Amino acid sequence: MKIGVFICHCGENISRTVDCPRVAHFCEGLPGVEYSIDYKYMCSDPGQKMIKDAIHEHKLDAIVVGSCSPNMHERTFRNAAVSAGINPFLVEIANLREHCSWVHDDVEAATEKAIELVRMAIEKVKRDKPLTKIKVPVTKRVLVIGGGIAGIQAALDVANAGYEVVLVEREPSIGGHMSQLSETFPTLDCSQCILTPRMVEVYQHPKIKLLTYSEVVKVEGFIGNFKATIKKKARHINEDLCSGCGLCITKCPTKKKAYNSFEEDLAFRPAIYVPFPQAVPNIPVIDETVCMYYKNGKCGMCVKVCDREAIDFEQKDTMLVADIGAIIVATGYKLYNIDKKTFDSKYKGYGEYGYGKYRDVIDGLQFERIASASGPTAGEIKRPSDGKEPKKIVFIQCVGSRDPSKGISYCSKICCMYTAKHAMLYKHKVHDGEAYVFYMDIRAGGKMYDEFVRRAIEEDQVKYIRGRVSRIYEENGKYIVKGEDTIAGVPVEIDADLVVLATAMIPHDNAPTLAQTIGIPYDRHGFFNEAHPKLRPVESTTAGVFLAGACQSPKDIPESVSMASAAASKAMILFASDTLEREPVVAKVNEDLCAGCFYCKKVCPFGAIEVKDITDVNGIVYKEVAYINQGVCQGCGTCTATCLSKSIELAGFNNEEIFAEIAAL
Amino acid sequence: MRFGYYPGCSQTGTAKEYDISLRKVIGKLGVSFDELDDWSCCGATSAHVTNHKLANALAMRNIALAGTQGIDNVVAPCAACYNRLVLSQYETMHHPEIKAETEELLSAKFTQDIKVMNVLELFMKIGLGKIIDNRKHELSDLNVACYYGCLLVRPAEITKFDDAEQPVSMEKIVEATGAKTVDWNYRVECCGAAHSIARRDIVIDLSKKIIDDAVDNGANVMVVACPMCHTNLDMRQRAMKRVYPGHKEFPVLYLSELIGLSLGMNEKELGIDLHYIDFKYDGNILKNTVA
Repeated sequence: MKIGVFICHCGENISRTVDCPRVAHFCEGLPGVEYSIDYKYMCSDPGQKMIKDAIHEHKLDAIVVGSCSPNMHERTFRNAAVSAGINPFLVEIANLREHCSWVHDDVEAATEKAIELVRMAIEKVKRDKPLTKIKVPVTKRVLVIGGGIAGIQAALDVANAGYEVVLVEREPSIGGHMSQLSETFPTLDCSQCILTPRMVEVYQHPKIKLLTYSEVVKVEGFIGNFKATIKKKARHINEDLCSGCGLCITKCPTKKKAYNSFEEDLAFRPAIYVPFPQAVPNIPVIDETVCMYYKNGKCGMCVKVCDREAIDFEQKDTMLVADIGAIIVATGYKLYNIDKKTFDSKYKGYGEYGYGKYRDVIDGLQFERIASASGPTAGEIKRPSDGKEPKKIVFIQCVGSRDPSKGISYCSKICCMYTAKHAMLYKHKVHDGEAYVFYMDIRAGGKMYDEFVRRAIEEDQVKYIRGRVSRIYEENGKYIVKGEDTIAGVPVEIDADLVVLATAMIPHDNAPTLAQTIGIPYDRHGFFNEAHPKLRPVESTTAGVFLAGACQSPKDIPESVSMASAAASKAMILFASDTLEREPVVAKVNEDLCAGCFYCKKVCPFGAIEVKDITDVNGIVYKEVAYINQGVCQGCGTCTATCLSKSIELAGFNNEEIFAEIAAL
Repeated sequence: MRFGYYPGCSQTGTAKEYDISLRKVIGKLGVSFDELDDWSCCGATSAHVTNHKLANALAMRNIALAGTQGIDNVVAPCAACYNRLVLSQYETMHHPEIKAETEELLSAKFTQDIKVMNVLELFMKIGLGKIIDNRKHELSDLNVACYYGCLLVRPAEITKFDDAEQPVSMEKIVEATGAKTVDWNYRVECCGAAHSIARRDIVIDLSKKIIDDAVDNGANVMVVACPMCHTNLDMRQRAMKRVYPGHKEFPVLYLSELIGLSLGMNEKELGIDLHYIDFKYDGNILKNTVA
């Protein structure tokens, strides 16, 4: 075997502490080394040409490059080797930068160490075997989890490219939080007017299978080949028969039995309901906890009035299984509430604001409903307790957010903007009203965002006070808001009619459960983690699973939409070919040696190991062995280390190769 | 039931009646105190605003005394003492370097877990049933504003006893005497505390607001568990009258005094006559008097 050794100076990064010519010279004399040289930038075009030319000229079989981390340029050198006719897995990198020059300052010792590192790589490359990339088939269908604006955008983008989409939404209708908003910043255009056409498009799209009132309960498989199990909760309505006429809803005797969660509990709904008039699909749901039929077996008014016989009290939850190639997670957020929390809860409530006992101390989404033309007050600004028009409103920003003592250290990002919008909407409707905003900082980064806040202050005379509110209490129907104006340096007391809290955006309670179901990491708050905060913001660390919207961190609508389109295009990159190529660094079981103890199956973090039956010529099972799914295996080597009979080998890192490296040291 | 007792300086001076009434009341409830021998200053105000080391060492000296005297729970009736002892203990026990430093300063070792209690915890521990069982009078025509002030239940993460913003324990104890409690807004607001000396104007304003809110919400008496609060709310009412001529005198009692009244003791026994604002408890007016 003829080996070429190439030592890179990395400008001065390596050569400052490692005597590169000496390393190259030393290697010349080692057994198997045919050619050895050093150069200033091995990764540059001339550097790569030097490698290719040497391969041809000296008829090299394998090369070792002493350079930076393989994370940086392994691919560069492998490609150079491939173009000169060498298998890419006969290229070894000795990390002389991160592992040597950057962490040492003694030139003599560092050079000695560099020689050792290169020698190890030479011994390994002698035993390396040529490997070929593994090809796995791809199912060209995307599972989108969450039907808010991010999920809708991702589903439409993928479907419009011609691929199939399964869109799963937990609630009875798609639309998410955006459907609850009155107007949107910074343009003040009506949220539903821009959203509902997209919702209808999703419903009508031939490539989108919409599953509302459904949840993903299980995900198996790997990139290109997932299998998702989806629970379709019983609506108790036959979706094929229902025409959406709504007669059942108007006739239901439980008129105001339950809080209407779409209206943020500011209104009531009967047992059979659609969340809002523009709901997609416009098919009602029966709430078993309220319905008289489920209480005492009587009533059945809806059955009587439905001439299409669509009511089905006996309907049960059903399970669907779908083959999926890529997953886009877009489950969104919820609002933190100020209620008293349990002692061990990760969040703390706001006792100083009454722990939610005052009816006129509301949150941002509640104000959206009050300001919305389709809301409980038909768009008139009225406070919940007595329906009077508030003449003085106090808005408080950063309630929960940026307050580690309440359990939330991050900025919720959108509150500065929507508070300015709320104050503006209020002033546009109540001309003689006064609006106050307590803020810590105004964070209005975004196109036309700061101008929007200035407009609230300058044109609509919203009074901004920099400072925190220490206490809110009720006195004669007014809410006394005590705070501090930190610019004027004086305490402030405002007797408000209504107080609106910009409470923090937090992940849904079951976000960690969903993350575990899919197999993606999440942070300490419960937001899903991106693979790289800057360069891979829409990918999770699990191949084939992408993120969109506020499930990753607080986001506004344009950001959620951009992220959704990015996630959709990432999924479509996968679908551009019929098979996926992946690195052949995977583990393989020697079935003759395997004793079938399955310790490997227990320790595999990726669930790649299965039980395989070994049969004799008559088809009778005489032995069970471990089988490693090459598509799922990530080549971590945990099974190899665990295997008692040493019957598992990791391609590219087998025992012989590793021991030769160690022996060379 | 026996508890260690750390009176603190106020109990021997301005809040003598708090000390007198507390000792008598717990005696009636079949409980006794073991006063810490050779106790010293808790380090309140002057020490803890000027020198952390000194403040810690002063408080921890008393905790160390409890350890050597075989006392494992100490009642500190003054809210400031309680706060200093609990906070210093938390700081010391959670920071090995502070612990080592303080141990060296005091030539002591902090090995035991000494539980420091305020009076609310004390009565909760004794049991509300005991108060109800020993009650001679049901104080049902008293509408009590329970005032916690700033230190009694804060910081909640360390005191781990009641809610810092919406506490309920004092109301529960007061209701055990048969008195009614009122829902009011200034239960945990600041009375002005030590500003009483240098900035009396601030104290008068803050304390006036507290009393006014109690009155507006239908209270006819206020109950406190802190000598400093009592000084500001009781003694400063004279000065308050000069600034606010319309101010009507409003009685402020210690929690132990109120319980004492329901257990059948009179104002003189309880030291209520030592207050600046008179409070006359006329047993005849009260209904449901049990012999």
